[in-house]
Amino acid sequence: MKNQTITVDNVYIKSTFSSVGTKESEGPLSEFFDAKYSDDLLGQDSWEKAESTLIKNTVSGALTAAKMTSNDVDLLFAGDLLNQCTASSLGLKAFDIPFFGLYGACSTFVESMMLASLAISGGFANTAIAATSSHFCSSQKQYRFPLEYGEVRTPTSQWTVTGSGCAVLTREKTKLKINKITVGKIVDLGITDANNMGAAMAPSAADTIYAHLGGAKKDHDDYDCIITGDLATVGTELLIELMAQKNIDIRRKHLDCGSLIFDRSRQNVDAGGSGCGCIASVFSGFFAKKLLNKEITKVLLIGTGALMSPSSVLLGEPIAGISHAIEIEAVN
Amino acid sequence: MDVKAREKKYSKLVKKKSPSSELFKDMCRAFVVGGLICVVGQLLSFYIESFGLKKEDVSSITSSLLILIGALLTGLGWYDNIARYGKAGTLVPITGFANSIVSPAMEYKTEGYILGVGAKMFIIAGPVLVYGISASVIYGVVYYFMK
Repeated sequence: MKNQTITVDNVYIKSTFSSVGTKESEGPLSEFFDAKYSDDLLGQDSWEKAESTLIKNTVSGALTAAKMTSNDVDLLFAGDLLNQCTASSLGLKAFDIPFFGLYGACSTFVESMMLASLAISGGFANTAIAATSSHFCSSQKQYRFPLEYGEVRTPTSQWTVTGSGCAVLTREKTKLKINKITVGKIVDLGITDANNMGAAMAPSAADTIYAHLGGAKKDHDDYDCIITGDLATVGTELLIELMAQKNIDIRRKHLDCGSLIFDRSRQNVDAGGSGCGCIASVFSGFFAKKLLNKEITKVLLIGTGALMSPSSVLLGEPIAGISHAIEIEAVN
Repeated sequence: MDVKAREKKYSKLVKKKSPSSELFKDMCRAFVVGGLICVVGQLLSFYIESFGLKKEDVSSITSSLLILIGALLTGLGWYDNIARYGKAGTLVPITGFANSIVSPAMEYKTEGYILGVGAKMFIIAGPVLVYGISASVIYGVVYYFMK
């Protein structure tokens, strides 16, 4: 088997910033987010522009937190869930930073961080930004039904997070170091239900975690948390089961951003949260702070994506999963 | 293990771990909410009848009023909340049809009145219209020869 894990050198996280919408602000992680919007339109006249404003403000916030301006940044890696990366390209053009627009579904945040890490480690950049966003309303419009349509949701469906997260990565030493990355493969186990994305993503998460643990020649006990992006309740159960089949018990270590961001008992989100703004905002807002406070010292962050489009679903094609992992450690 | 066997094994696991809809509870809610919508329609029709209109006119006016109510509740942003509780009970009556046309019209207004509202208004109701009208044409032809 090919080695999917790459060790990166001299890659540090200088700052992170998270922004969320109303529902997320009412959730259990509310106090950790840096910017909370009470108007999901963010003063704009369309959901697409609202999402682009969200990612723009998040990148600005992260730059301010890093005490930098856009002139100090060499590369910008960003993406979202909308067709042709609409939110990122509309929102980030004003920064005037060399830009890579990415699509890896909900794995895009970790994909962006990985590529930024590779660019810095390879000596091609001193500072690079990774950012993603998702918006419940723009995603509903693109992937599902109009907002006001009386749609009946299934218990396995997930609620797209209105949120954005950004990390500024530098060569300069800080308290958060990126050690290793594991590039995920596309894993397809024939799931066709677009309302059960957790099931579509779980096999790829298991594949990538297994590859990372094997590749890093380390036991999973090294990590304080193994954090997945948006498997939600169904995907989490499946991941734990799939890992158990490989004789690895991750139950005690595993946390899922999609399960943490909402309170399922009172927020009507069915299986939990999803979207590439989910892991982005939860990592940037919650886990980055926990790492800086040394409440946890080493985490494996896994972005999980369901590779589908409205067309692929209608064509009856199965939904494959992709998961990328990045190891982040709090250092002195 | 070959691909097909892996997919089959995983599909079994997914089925085991995925909660299914609470069919009985959902059907009861649909019965009550859908029934209530029909009761409202019936009361409206009694009221309109009291003006001494013909039977066909009463049904057309009642349907139009229910469509108006469905559209209004959609515009106020309430219909989707009623649907969350009432499940298919809000889908089946004619109010559901109004909701399926008004909601995309609202959603796509940002993309303009021609290619937004005009083109995308029937994105949900379109198939119902196409196959509904086609079926009634076939029915009409069959009826013509059987009569």
